Amino acid sequence: MSPQAVPAAPATTVGLTDNPAARILIGRHRLRWWEALPWLLAGAFYFAFHDYLGFGTSLMVTILFALSLDLALGYAGIVTLGHAAFFGTGAYTVGLLAFHNIWTEPITSLMLAALAAATVGFVSGLVLLRTQGLTLLMLTLCTMALLQEGANIAHDYTGGFDGLPSLDIAPVFGVFDFNPLYPDTQYLYTLAILFACFVFVRTLVYSPFGQSLTGIRENLLRMHAIGAPVRRRLVACYTISASLAGIAGGLWAQTNAYVNLSALDLDRAATVLIILILGGYGRLYGAFLGAVAYMALEHFLARIYPTGWQLGLGLLLVVVALYAQNGILGLGEVLWRRYRARRATS
Amino acid sequence: MDAAIDFASILLGGLAAGTVLFIVSVGLSVTMGLMGFVNLAHGAFAMFGGYIIVLAMNRAHFGFPVALALGFLGTAALSVILEQSLYRRLYRAGELDQVLLTIGLIFIFMATLTILVGPQSQPLQLPPELGGQINLGFMQYRTYSIFLIGVGLLIVVAIWLAFERTRIGAQIRATVDNRRMAESLGINVDRLFTITFAFGSGMAALGGGLGAEFLGLDPQYALKYLVYFLIAVSVGGLGSVVGVYYASLLLGMLDFVLKLYLPKGGTIFIYVLTILVLLWRPQGLFGRKSA
Repeated sequence: MSPQAVPAAPATTVGLTDNPAARILIGRHRLRWWEALPWLLAGAFYFAFHDYLGFGTSLMVTILFALSLDLALGYAGIVTLGHAAFFGTGAYTVGLLAFHNIWTEPITSLMLAALAAATVGFVSGLVLLRTQGLTLLMLTLCTMALLQEGANIAHDYTGGFDGLPSLDIAPVFGVFDFNPLYPDTQYLYTLAILFACFVFVRTLVYSPFGQSLTGIRENLLRMHAIGAPVRRRLVACYTISASLAGIAGGLWAQTNAYVNLSALDLDRAATVLIILILGGYGRLYGAFLGAVAYMALEHFLARIYPTGWQLGLGLLLVVVALYAQNGILGLGEVLWRRYRARRATS
Repeated sequence: MDAAIDFASILLGGLAAGTVLFIVSVGLSVTMGLMGFVNLAHGAFAMFGGYIIVLAMNRAHFGFPVALALGFLGTAALSVILEQSLYRRLYRAGELDQVLLTIGLIFIFMATLTILVGPQSQPLQLPPELGGQINLGFMQYRTYSIFLIGVGLLIVVAIWLAFERTRIGAQIRATVDNRRMAESLGINVDRLFTITFAFGSGMAALGGGLGAEFLGLDPQYALKYLVYFLIAVSVGGLGSVVGVYYASLLLGMLDFVLKLYLPKGGTIFIYVLTILVLLWRPQGLFGRKSA
């Protein structure tokens, strides 16, 4: 090493921290105070709305599913219409193991669900991720339809259209029972799994790996040019995203104690896409906001007036597509920036 | 002889189903090829047109040809309004926003038709001259299926001629091949797109009406058959009329045969085949690699 190079290193570091853009980049993985809010709210929900724990549980399952999609779609920019393929794989893994009395321990079942979904994600990703645009959209869609038809044909094992009812899931840690009437265990168990998965995803997206995914989304050519192994990164991301979706599906099966073909539906894949975009993709917390907004509206409106809900949702999607392309979170960011700018000038 | 008649009737049934698929999908193929716009609401246009046609016959007692014309014009007009007000803003946006917009439109169409007409299925009353059987010399067959196949052939020839022999057809081909070059040659791509979009939506309306007899027509139509329309378009190749024709016929036949012999889960072969074709040729069987 040449003697001149030694003092140069700290000088550049100082220069970087002076640059506001660099400071944002260095500090963006730090915990903010408001990041505790979702978990405090989830805890408060447990005590305040004890009658709605079933709803809260399915809400958190949806959040996890949307979070898994965010990793693939929001961070790596893989536009897919078939993410329910992995949700369904996870759900059927748990369902088949429990229904045929092979394995009912919940946490290891979830791991197996993640593993099964990751396998499907890895194999399909290896093949599909060479394409893009409409072709990729169609291939993901067809993969999901293929799995759904497969589950339908394997009627003897999967129950076909009727699915697998009344699954028997062993208590968590051998102590806490899954009681369909008092879903306390389901709620806290789902909350714990969601928290663990969220910490994992958050760490991942701020890691160099996550940064390279964002790079691939933003400028594919440049990432190729700087020598990043683009295909391998995409497949890895798709596999991780699939395994998280598989965990969501497994949770869904465990907390509802049933599995049916709706786990692999286009409806489910489209809904989770809508939820993520509604909340804001590529932003971690978009999954939370989108799921809460969508599910709360659906829970109250869809029962009273289903057609009106459909019409309203359609209008909302059109408005979001035209005016709020970054979802609720994006809208919030714009308003916050304007507010800050106005305060700075006055 | 019996085997031959069985074979022929399966062939004709499949061709009729494929023809309907083609009539609906051809507009989607051309507009997607032109603009690269992922228009999932195309099936909703087919549904809307089908409703106009069926309601014009059942409630207003128009004749079949008049109802078809009404459906074509009504849907084309509506699509121009939507194209000018909504689609146009998202031409340069990503696929994701286009998917979101058009899924939103599907929901709006479904809900509106449910509110205005009701959730039940709308039956198509065929005019008596198309309702019976026709003698094909060696067998009797449903007149309507033969009529459909004939209409499909007429349409594919007409569109092919329009593509190959008219000025606007040449402009469309040029734009599908290389949009920037076409624009710099002075082709008004926006206007071209509006025209083809209206025409394609009108065709979808015809398909919705003509196919209502065996695809049914209810507010779920737009979602139920969306995957089939998309398969026909992506397997045939974006922007290729002949490609969509072959892909639709193939898909219609395959679906017809599988429903007959493997009523449970036979569609799995369609998905496998689609995946294999798209992996082999991502641009579709007759599509050209985009410039």
